Amino acid sequence: MNELAAQILIAVGLAFDLFGCIGLVRLPDVYNRVQAATKCVTLGTCLILGGTALYAVTGAMSIKALLCAVFVLLTSPVAAHAIARGAYKSGVRLWEGSVLDRYGEEVHPAGPPAERTERAGHPEETVAAARETRQ
Amino acid sequence: MTTFLLIVAAGLLLGAFLCLFRIGRGPTAPDRTVAIDILGTLVVGFCCVMALLTGQDFYMNIAIAWALLSFIGTIALAKYLEGRQYDE
Repeated sequence: MNELAAQILIAVGLAFDLFGCIGLVRLPDVYNRVQAATKCVTLGTCLILGGTALYAVTGAMSIKALLCAVFVLLTSPVAAHAIARGAYKSGVRLWEGSVLDRYGEEVHPAGPPAERTERAGHPEETVAAARETRQ
Repeated sequence: MTTFLLIVAAGLLLGAFLCLFRIGRGPTAPDRTVAIDILGTLVVGFCCVMALLTGQDFYMNIAIAWALLSFIGTIALAKYLEGRQYDE
């Protein structure tokens, strides 16, 4: 019974992990990727850790798995938030299809500065555009 | 149970290869940072599967240490990204 429950938890966790990785590959810009991948992979790994705790051979392994699950659950969103903030501050643009940029309105109420008008994903072009704007 | 765990390990490896694809393809530094973070979380899950496969519980120690170091590394990279512009 324990084994069956553990297998179900681990299988669901694996499915979430794979969906997160597919999102990481398929979605168009870094902000979409960070939200899809972080949420799916955090839940998936926590489920795998829970399944391990349920099936564990020794008591120590079970306790370590639960500890690790709590740790992943606490740190993963913090890391994702830091990456998204760092990406925005380093000038990575949103995808052209994005409709709303509340953080940008808050940081630059008069509209984005000239350096941010290039597409994401081409740092060299962004550098060239920034130089042209200055001259 | 062993066959099931081997299938799970293969699935996690597939996910890790998808992350490696994103690390290689980029196109910006934050994309690579996200992929590295996700890869670290996948490795934690993989360590659990290895612990169940072999019955050794030191794999769980590896998983905890890996989660900790991956978090610290990601925060450091994110802070580095925050202070840096493309034209500097």
